[in-house]
Amino acid sequence: MEFQEAQRFVQQSMHDITSTFQKVPGSAMLIRYIQSSYQNDPVRSAIELILVIFFVRYLLASSYATHSGNFVTLTESEIDDLVEEWTPEPLVAPTTAFEKAESDNLPIIVGPTGPKSRLTNGRTVTNLASYNFYNFVGNEQVKEKAIQTLRTYGVGPCGPPQFYGTQDVHMKTEAAIASCLGTEGCIVYAHAFSTISSVIPAFCKRGDIIVADRAVNYSIRKGFQAARSQVRYYEHNNLEDLERVLQKVIKDQAKKPLTRRFIVTEALSETLGDCVDLPKLIELKQRYKFRLMLDETWSFGVLGRTGRGLTEAQNVDPTQVDMLIGSLAGPLCAGGGFCAGTTDVVDHQRISAASYTYSAALPAMLATTACETLNMLLTTPEILVQCRENIKAMRAQLDPRSDWVHCTSAIDNPVMLLTLKPDVVNSRRLSIEEQERLLQECVDETLANGVLITRLKSMPTAPGSNGKDTEWKLKPALKVCMTTGLSKKEIEKAGITIRHAITKVLTRKSSSKLALPNVV
Amino acid sequence: MPQRNPIRNPFTSSTNAPAAIPSGEQPLPRRPSTSKGNRLAQFFSSPKTKEQQSAQAALRSQINPSISAPSLSLPTISLSTAKAGESNMDEPPTTLFQPPSVAEARRQAKADAQFGPLGNQSHRYVSKQEGEFEEPLMDEAPLYFLLTTYISYLVLIAFGHIRDFFGKRFTPDNYRQLTAANGYAALNSDFDNFYVRRLKLRIDDCFARPTTGVPGRYITLLDRKTDDFNKNYQFTGTTTETLNMSSYNYLGFAQSEGPCADAVEEIVKKYGVSTASPRADIGTSDLTLEVEAQIARFVGKPAAMVFSMGFATNATAFPGLVGKGSLIISDELNHASIRVGARLSGAMINSFKHNDMDALEKLLRESISQGQPRTHRPWKKILVVVEGLYSMEGTMCNLPGLLKLKKRYKFSLFVDEAHSIGALGPRGRGVCDYFNIDPAEIDILMGTLTKSFGANGGYVAAEKHIIDKLRATNAATIYGESPTPPVLMQILSSLKIITGDLVPGQGEERLQRIAFNSRYLRLGLKRLGYIVYGHDDSPIIPIMLYNPAKMPAFSHEMLRRKISVVIVGYPATPLVTSRARFCVSAAHNKDDLDRLLAACDEVGDVLQLKFSTGLAGGADHLPDGVTPEMEKEWQKANGVQAVAKAPRWSLREVIANGVEDVKYQLR
Ligand SMILES: Cc1ncc(COP(=O)(O)O)c(C=O)c1O
Repeated sequence: MEFQEAQRFVQQSMHDITSTFQKVPGSAMLIRYIQSSYQNDPVRSAIELILVIFFVRYLLASSYATHSGNFVTLTESEIDDLVEEWTPEPLVAPTTAFEKAESDNLPIIVGPTGPKSRLTNGRTVTNLASYNFYNFVGNEQVKEKAIQTLRTYGVGPCGPPQFYGTQDVHMKTEAAIASCLGTEGCIVYAHAFSTISSVIPAFCKRGDIIVADRAVNYSIRKGFQAARSQVRYYEHNNLEDLERVLQKVIKDQAKKPLTRRFIVTEALSETLGDCVDLPKLIELKQRYKFRLMLDETWSFGVLGRTGRGLTEAQNVDPTQVDMLIGSLAGPLCAGGGFCAGTTDVVDHQRISAASYTYSAALPAMLATTACETLNMLLTTPEILVQCRENIKAMRAQLDPRSDWVHCTSAIDNPVMLLTLKPDVVNSRRLSIEEQERLLQECVDETLANGVLITRLKSMPTAPGSNGKDTEWKLKPALKVCMTTGLSKKEIEKAGITIRHAITKVLTRKSSSKLALPNVV
Repeated sequence: MPQRNPIRNPFTSSTNAPAAIPSGEQPLPRRPSTSKGNRLAQFFSSPKTKEQQSAQAALRSQINPSISAPSLSLPTISLSTAKAGESNMDEPPTTLFQPPSVAEARRQAKADAQFGPLGNQSHRYVSKQEGEFEEPLMDEAPLYFLLTTYISYLVLIAFGHIRDFFGKRFTPDNYRQLTAANGYAALNSDFDNFYVRRLKLRIDDCFARPTTGVPGRYITLLDRKTDDFNKNYQFTGTTTETLNMSSYNYLGFAQSEGPCADAVEEIVKKYGVSTASPRADIGTSDLTLEVEAQIARFVGKPAAMVFSMGFATNATAFPGLVGKGSLIISDELNHASIRVGARLSGAMINSFKHNDMDALEKLLRESISQGQPRTHRPWKKILVVVEGLYSMEGTMCNLPGLLKLKKRYKFSLFVDEAHSIGALGPRGRGVCDYFNIDPAEIDILMGTLTKSFGANGGYVAAEKHIIDKLRATNAATIYGESPTPPVLMQILSSLKIITGDLVPGQGEERLQRIAFNSRYLRLGLKRLGYIVYGHDDSPIIPIMLYNPAKMPAFSHEMLRRKISVVIVGYPATPLVTSRARFCVSAAHNKDDLDRLLAACDEVGDVLQLKFSTGLAGGADHLPDGVTPEMEKEWQKANGVQAVAKAPRWSLREVIANGVEDVKYQLR
């Protein structure tokens, strides 16, 4: 092709393109715009051009997640080789010696759980390890009610609540709890442990802010992990520190759009057993306009004159708490959990709380049992008094008298957590693992003397980035659970056994730090 | 259309059956339970003396294997147990011997409402994989219906926005939770809530219908009405007994009478209702260990652990298996609990198209060859997670295909058998049983006890060292409540019935009935002209409705015919494929299914639901002498075009041919 011809061809095609382009409606305007903007500000035009190119590229890109940036193009045979070479790690890591010892020593109850329980080795021991505070497990009236329900409803509801799994007994239990607390509504979940882990992500979305107690239980932590919100912690039950964090949040967020803000804490701490100052907490929450999620798993059915929980004990109107979460499986000895609040709060959960929507409803028997035991507490508050007497009797044997441990639990908490005294830990320079091992020895020694207690179990913090709190460590503790199934005499006797066992283990030569077996 | 069998009227017993049953509201006087000293002992496999065993065997042989008769009722003779039933085939099930008292008759009616008597011994089938495993063909509705579906949604959304526009101005109180007030941000996002407020609320009365009594063959609904378009409901105080096509009661163990309930009553008397402690403290009893051993034996794994909730099983199992640096490859339709568990594990998550083995292979090749993002380090482990039977699709996982890939790509396999355990396989042991595959080839078998066993909870079964590690690192074991004794006993007794250790013959009957029922209903619906999803042997039978307005219409029409169905729409399914779902149970008998087919026939005509093109089944019989293998050639020889004919069988033909035709490959 000659040069001239080529030039003519180019000119001709240019002309063609321009004329076609001008025929497109709006093209004149576009050209005028580009021209004027170029004259005014060539840099801007360049930026716009880049934006357009980027946009087109973005539209054409098939997927952005997998092929981002450093995708290495490989041939089929290279891939085959890599597949050949790849050896996965075993699905689970080997069991550690400590885990093995734990599972080998796990006490297994033969027959019913009760104040006196029989173990697989044939011995009958005093059981201070079950959450059987009011001996509801052995209560004939409760059993009778459960059997009646069984004979009308069978066992499982065979479906999630949204698909014909909601039974009238569930609605009755919900109404009973709501009326007992005086809230607008209540929703019953099939599993206490999964309740708050589902409530949190149902409300806390990306961009929301959660301010939480540093010592919250594992279930709450799981909820944080599942939610995509930002989590900040304050020192355990230190409301001044809470105020400081709240102020900081307010300051940081001042310029940003308003987001949902939550305070999440427990009424009775699962890990330390102590109790939060609710009136103060409510005041702070109202001042700084946060919503409050209160986990009453360990206090509902325990605190207050009739066991209505922390709100009753500290004279707070439960409607001040935005989401009040409790357990029906703990002190009430039935099954499932609940969340009480306004109708809006409850209805929202029915379709967006994962473990409610996507799981089968609570067995009818457990729902009616919860109703029954709740009613027993409300109508015969004497059993709560009796339980508190027993707590006092046990405490007298342990806290002031033992040189080694002290009880971190609140006065009325039937779960008594005994931690090693700080000077013991400091003088022997005990690490967390060593404390756990020592306390396990205490448990074993106590059991050898016929009293069954347990210890607070720790969980390795799950991986995943959200809501991780590296500074906080579970404080190893012994767990002694009170029950009304034992007389004061028996309690005192058991208390002495526990105290002596602790003393024996801690004064034992072999348990001094140096002599500890070096198990990894 | 060809007709083979003589036509008989299928409705003689179905139309009047429900009316006679007393409402579940007033419990009948409970019969005093016999407390034979060691009745519980038979549930434990702990060492027994010879005499005990033989005594028990004698005892068992006395128990009438017929499910309909509770062990203590007066001797009733029903045709289902009579031997020479052939001559009676064409009659509805009748009781030859009338129990004398009214109370007795009512008790029988109550038992039948929970578990229907088997009409005929021929209504059984053995569920197992035959021939090559194939993905079911997916039929599609004509374009017209797809188009109207999209338009419907557009209209709904437009109207929703218009109503919101005025609503927010005139009735701001209704938007209380969606607007910021007093310095609090809105509790729910306006945008997220739009679907609930403007779409779901319209059909809200089809969801969460409250029930009472046993969710067995029939389910009793509490009637409710609304004056404000589903915002609030009032209970009228009456109840309606409906045919239950909605509960996951696959093997019909939702019963308040019979050996399971008796055993549960016994255990409540002895053990109480709760163990009042987490498993890792002292919530483990001899009963728990026995149940775990039985489950392990049942699914064919060395060890198993039980949980008190199926959802929590998945939500807590993954962190013990995989973590940072590992990859989870999950089927796109996996259940929410799997997604939650996978997220909590901290592993990277990828998904592949539902049941598409080619897509999975492609993803595996890419993942293994590319390694971890950015660093390209090799993955520590890859865990492929699938479900045995998908609860919205009715499809089974392609286990043979997965295992072929597993050999090559060395990943670990996790199968969630929530719906398949008990419901599939000749011995009810789930997908492995169905495909006749050694369970040892699958790393983790998870399942729930909520469905087939009529209990609650979940299990994980695997090699012993895996279970040991899981026990030590599982949050639900360490902090969660342990399964309660009554639930454990329900699991144990139903398991023993399935395996035949208890009331021999009954478990087999249940397994074969659900297999028959599943195929019978599926074939019938296809022949009527419905688009049915899923595999032939699956007891989950979704039928396509498409248009959003047809969801409530179908549900209401069915309810008017006293049938409870589940409808599912967006966002649980893709936008266009709204569906109704039937869950077949061993508690149903052929009469129930015929009643459902009759209802579907009528409703299908009224609502224009018979869309199918014949692509996915429901075809006519082949002429005599032509076998399925010869079909292709026969078509060619006779010049019959391969294009399928849209099946529109009449109800009579469907019912007349169903029993015979389910015995062969469905077409
Ligand atoms: C696949 C799958 N996994 C787990 C679950 C949860 O089981 P559950 O209802 O016992 O919590 C379900 C139940 O719907 C399910 O379909």
